[in-house]
Amino acid sequence: MKQRLVVIGAGMASGRVLEHLTDAAPDAFDITLFNAEPRGNYNRIMLSPVLSGEKTYEEIVTHDDAWYAERGIACRFGEKVANIDREMKVVEGEKGHVPYDKLVIATGSNPFMIPLPGHDLEGVIAYRDLEDTQRMMGMGPGNKVVVIGGGLLGLEAAAGMAAHGVDVTVVHIMGHLMERQLDEAAGYLLKKSLEDKGIKICLQANSKEILGQDGKVRALRLEDGTELPCDLLVMAVGIRPNTALAEQAGLAVGRGIHVDNQMLTSDPDVFAVGECVEHDGAVFGLVAPLYDQAKVVAQALLGEEAAFTQKILSTKLKVTGCDLFSAGDFADGPGREDIVFRDPSRGVYKRLVIEGDHLVGAVMYGDTADGSWFFGLIKDGTSVEEMRETLIFGPAYQGGDTADPLSAVAALPPEAEICGCNGVCKSDIVEAISAGATDLGAVRASTKASASCGTCTGLVEQVLQVTLGDDFQMPTAQPICGCTDLTHEDVRRLIKGQELKSQAAVWQELGWKSPNGCHVCRPAINYYLLADWPLEYQDDPQSRFVNERKHANIQKDGTFSVVPRMWGGITTPEELRAIADAADKYDVPTVKVTGGQRIDLLGVKGEDLPAIWSDLNQAGLVSGHAYSKGLRTVKTCVGTDHCRFGTQDSTGLGIKLEKILWGSWTPHKLKLAVSGCPRNCAEATCKDIGVVCVDSGYQISIGGAAGMDVKETELLCQVPTEYEAIEVVMAVTQAYREGGKYLDRIYKWLGKVGIDWVKAQVVDDLESRAALVERFELSQSIYRKDPWAEHVREKSQTYAPIADFTLEAAE
Amino acid sequence: MSWIDIGHIDEVPVRGARLVKTHIGCIAVFRTAEAEVFAATNSCPHKGGPLSEGIVHGQSVTCPLHNWVFDLNTGEAQGADDGRITTYPVRLEDGRILLDDSAVARRSAA
Repeated sequence: MKQRLVVIGAGMASGRVLEHLTDAAPDAFDITLFNAEPRGNYNRIMLSPVLSGEKTYEEIVTHDDAWYAERGIACRFGEKVANIDREMKVVEGEKGHVPYDKLVIATGSNPFMIPLPGHDLEGVIAYRDLEDTQRMMGMGPGNKVVVIGGGLLGLEAAAGMAAHGVDVTVVHIMGHLMERQLDEAAGYLLKKSLEDKGIKICLQANSKEILGQDGKVRALRLEDGTELPCDLLVMAVGIRPNTALAEQAGLAVGRGIHVDNQMLTSDPDVFAVGECVEHDGAVFGLVAPLYDQAKVVAQALLGEEAAFTQKILSTKLKVTGCDLFSAGDFADGPGREDIVFRDPSRGVYKRLVIEGDHLVGAVMYGDTADGSWFFGLIKDGTSVEEMRETLIFGPAYQGGDTADPLSAVAALPPEAEICGCNGVCKSDIVEAISAGATDLGAVRASTKASASCGTCTGLVEQVLQVTLGDDFQMPTAQPICGCTDLTHEDVRRLIKGQELKSQAAVWQELGWKSPNGCHVCRPAINYYLLADWPLEYQDDPQSRFVNERKHANIQKDGTFSVVPRMWGGITTPEELRAIADAADKYDVPTVKVTGGQRIDLLGVKGEDLPAIWSDLNQAGLVSGHAYSKGLRTVKTCVGTDHCRFGTQDSTGLGIKLEKILWGSWTPHKLKLAVSGCPRNCAEATCKDIGVVCVDSGYQISIGGAAGMDVKETELLCQVPTEYEAIEVVMAVTQAYREGGKYLDRIYKWLGKVGIDWVKAQVVDDLESRAALVERFELSQSIYRKDPWAEHVREKSQTYAPIADFTLEAAE
Repeated sequence: MSWIDIGHIDEVPVRGARLVKTHIGCIAVFRTAEAEVFAATNSCPHKGGPLSEGIVHGQSVTCPLHNWVFDLNTGEAQGADDGRITTYPVRLEDGRILLDDSAVARRSAA
């Protein structure tokens, strides 16, 4: 008598089991196949091409009625299984019982629906089966759809609908798309190409609530209050093994149905296969391992030796025009090294992860032609020691020249503007060179190119080299750090010119050699981005030195110093009492008066910072930014209020300046002083910006120093009114913010651009002054605020340990 | 080896770190990517700088006091500096950070 085999679920895994089984032994079993969906096995992973219209459903059917009939398989499609009676060995279908000798459970997985308020509204769907696909295909131009989930499935759904002209927004909780398969750089490129297809992408977006009207979905509301209107909401946030039936039948179940290497469950007559199983701690969502499992099940059913082993997987995204490949493990693990290749002009990114002599992971974007070759190296564990140097260029690497970095400059047309400050184009420089200029200084003298803000210096040198060839010895420009060959000036120019508005954009478009920068370049890039794009770019605390991240100065023993702001150096008995109380309460070992007329509380424990700030805030005290590359202090003398020599209200002006400038970030620290008369008690002429009051107005000078270098300020201008003095100070600060190299004080910046250029920008040209002031104000609309209050409100828990085992009772 | 749940990965910023206090000293738990964590002693062998306050880049951290750079895989100081930090086994499971209890456990007094 033939054995009776019952299979529950007609998906891709069980379909493959039936293929192997009926091919190898057509008459071994009487087979009954249950499926809750009213159809047989189709190629579920091809639903995305169906959605986008590149294929029809008929084209993706794997097994049609004729196939099942040929093999004598009794199909019970559209019928759910209510129960498995393992004692009686009977599967209880809705329309009748079927006895079995062997049972295969292939119940697949369920899409995970986030239990947001409103998730049960009409129009909230998953992306799992043909019905979901058809719902999405019903959308067209004029419809809005929100997709929650920026993983493989969510993006395929979004791209498929966008191809039909649907207005699609993808909401993703993480910082970049497909974070399980891609690193940040590849995620950035993917986002860019999806946005080019018209898909809107919201990253780091927490969904809060689904809003409905008359029982139907109307919009998604995010945590930050944004409402995204939609006619359909697709949740594609992941799958969970469907273990309900197995659990009910009393089989061993963890995350999935437990199986051994033969795919047997805890019952020796019951197999499980596909997305519903858990093997050796892992669950499965990609098709390759499911096919391996299917083969093992078929062999085991026929009594043959077989064992399932987990293999390394590769992923490709099925979205036309987004060429992406990821394989192996490109994260975690000891002793790993990266090889990174970027070609910004082609939008290509490749990263290989090497452990010892072996390739263990690969991420590629834009050019995935070599993906399968790399995948082969990973799977086979081939030693890459010999080809390490050229590995990233793939199997076709033939040697030859590396790309010429000068070709871009050579290709520039004669009328291309090289120096924006002085309106010098390429042909002007070439003419100057033909007339005898052979180095940067000579070009500068004859054309003024790079003689102002200096950010085009690199370009001018490249024009020199292209024109003179070997006669020109390129000075070795200092790159920012080992992550790039570009100088600070190059990077600043390119951030503006190419409108790069995120760190990932800078790393990719400018060909960074490390995955995400280092402690040298990250703070610089973070500053350049926030200075150039104050509204678009969000300050990244993780790219800041600890002092700026924690808004306090770290001391050599790991404690911090806390300096509250005293506007213009003026304080009150109430403030002093609050400072004294705080010093007592938090056991502050040292209280010191600073050179900038403030009080410094030294030796505060890191975890006490939010509490001491909160106390100081109560008394009206805010951060003094004594830790920042930004406005520190405005030192003043008592001016006309008390001093018999004072000519103007220097204290009042100092307070006004500090209230306008505070919170602003600059390339390096910025210290000001205002003296009430030329006796200069506030020592204004050795500050970054100094104001000396005279009878007829205000003398503003810049570029002083009293540190490693000692320098007197250079006079910028004298203005008659306090209002103008404030405008000039704002304008010169902004010019420094826009042009200065990170970690250059004003005097170093001044050494490069010259006082005449600064005068032209902020003194003589009133339009330019007004524009600088306006840009400064725009930036200050974001940054003029107390970071202490913000951290007390939103981040105080990050100052405490994540876990504290010293609090547990002593043994 | 037994594992102790110390918190959720979202509590540690990407390219950031958090501190774990134990009876045998402080441990820094670093998050180098969306789903990648490392654990090491918090104290720099140079002058005791708190590594959890450093800038995290690639799979390295830079000490905030004098810019020593450590590879979090091996604990070795990079470049010209010579030194090593102790690293501890740590892993992720369903978003929870699990630290090997040898890092945390108080040595038995026996």
